[in-house]
Amino acid sequence: MLAADRLDYQVIASWVPQDARVLDLGCGDGELLAHLRETRGAVGYGVENDPDRVLGCVRNGISVLQIDLEQGLYGFRDASFDVVVMSDALQALHRTEKVLREMLRVGAEAILSFPNFAYWKHRRAIMEGHMPVSDRLPFQWYDTPNVRFFTIVDFDALCEKLGLRVRERLVLDDQGRPVEEEPNFLGSFALYRLGRDS
Amino acid sequence: MNSSWDRAPCPVEAAPFADRPEGRISRAQAWAQAATGIGNVTVQHAHFDQPLALRSGGVVPAYDLVYETYGTLNAAKSNAVLVCHALSGSHHVAGTYADDLNNLGWWDNLVGPGKPLDTDKFFVVGVNNLGGCHGSTGPKTVNRQTGKPWGAEFPIVTVIDWVHSQVRLTDLLGIDSWAAVMGGSLGGMQALRWSITYPQRVRHALVIAAAPRLTAQNIAFNDVARQAILTDPEFHDGHYYDFGVVPRRGLRLARMLGHITYLSDDSMAAKFGRELRGERLNFDYDVEFQIESYLRYQGDRFATYFDANTYLLMTKALDYFDPARECDGDLSATMARALAKFLVVSFTTDWRFSPARSREIVTALLDARKDVTYAEIASPHGHDSFLMEYAQYHAVMRAYFDNIRV
Repeated sequence: MLAADRLDYQVIASWVPQDARVLDLGCGDGELLAHLRETRGAVGYGVENDPDRVLGCVRNGISVLQIDLEQGLYGFRDASFDVVVMSDALQALHRTEKVLREMLRVGAEAILSFPNFAYWKHRRAIMEGHMPVSDRLPFQWYDTPNVRFFTIVDFDALCEKLGLRVRERLVLDDQGRPVEEEPNFLGSFALYRLGRDS
Repeated sequence: MNSSWDRAPCPVEAAPFADRPEGRISRAQAWAQAATGIGNVTVQHAHFDQPLALRSGGVVPAYDLVYETYGTLNAAKSNAVLVCHALSGSHHVAGTYADDLNNLGWWDNLVGPGKPLDTDKFFVVGVNNLGGCHGSTGPKTVNRQTGKPWGAEFPIVTVIDWVHSQVRLTDLLGIDSWAAVMGGSLGGMQALRWSITYPQRVRHALVIAAAPRLTAQNIAFNDVARQAILTDPEFHDGHYYDFGVVPRRGLRLARMLGHITYLSDDSMAAKFGRELRGERLNFDYDVEFQIESYLRYQGDRFATYFDANTYLLMTKALDYFDPARECDGDLSATMARALAKFLVVSFTTDWRFSPARSREIVTALLDARKDVTYAEIASPHGHDSFLMEYAQYHAVMRAYFDNIRV
């Protein structure tokens, strides 16, 4: 899990321009931002609504803004960030479309990662009659913070609908290895670099 | 959670909120504080004999500021923190006095050895604002030119005037730049003003329960409070000292009104509800409900120690505060001048200085590409929350101060 996480961070870092202004939505205790600051010279702010994680950021010296993302990015100016990142958090937000639109209003680009609900092991779990529990969906159905369950194919369709252009995509299996063939079946986790149609 | 209410045995004898100067506590509490806190402190005086030109066009020919310090200024003079007070606060931020052990500083829960603003690391300065009534030059001070108290002749001072006056104290203390300037409410406005007007001299600004400017509703509250004082027959156009009286009724009403706005509906409901003072309804205008008793008590106490002219001045300073005016209303452009890093904090139930107002500051700082952290603390106690000891609030403050290099 940890190795895979680090690979996420490496991929995200490789997509972030040097010295970029970065907004990280659902930033946790600021680990990714610290990584981007270190590796890319990024100037970053985190957005987090969980009081303990906000405190974690302050302790880690990360600039964090305590904001409820479901309310949108109030007052943030258009294109005021080079990149808006949301790592492994989209599935826990109700207002999916609004958040995606906001990310590409405020940022020139968006980087997103999420677990693929259609990963074959998840499908197998359903076939066996259970909601999937895995490294990437590590929650029981009754205690999951996730509220949106979607697949790589579903996400592509939503990007199309919202006029978001997929500039890069990387799909990983549960060993953290890149998946080329049948990503919606063989991939457990997806990373996207998105821009606006222009 | 340790609010002043929780300390209070009952509403009638409730300790005044901690922002009251002379925020008295019981002897036992004072001793407990003295054991763990800063101990006894001494008031210091600074005299400035150069005239201070004011925003209004007026001039204060010379002035005194009273202040207190806690902790030790390091050799590099890089560990100094200025604490700015709000409407009714004072220089007495922390500790007690040897001759008045019950007089605990208004932010003692935050400032002291091992506390979030740790005086083992920082040198903390509290100062009474110009125009105040706790020892700094103000309306009740004798004007050396006339030999009589300034009274209504004392010029109206604004937040920027305070900051200019505090810069001289900063110079006197030999401090080039403050590690942090902090304050809540009107104190937060001073921290903001410091960062804009003296960017080189503030490394961190902690702006708590503040606003970039007051709303119409907020100014309206202030004006009702002022009208209560101004129309008191014993106000005598601000020269009540000459008559040996105090506009007690006006000051009392002003405080009662203000106090309502510092609390939340829920916290009042939780503390007082519709509880009666006596056994039954009396059908008269005397105190019946506990909330009436509490407010009257607070108003009466306040009127015994606070100066009415100072109250008027402080509320005007609040009303006039609007640093964005200098940039045609563009707060982002105003904040672009700042060099400090910012911590902005608001409280969910604060409706007098609501989280939305703090977010305006945050947004402006983001636009201006400043380093800013924003915490919105869940608390039931309205505007007064900034003086209380919520775990989350104090943990954020502690973590922020811990990361300030001195």
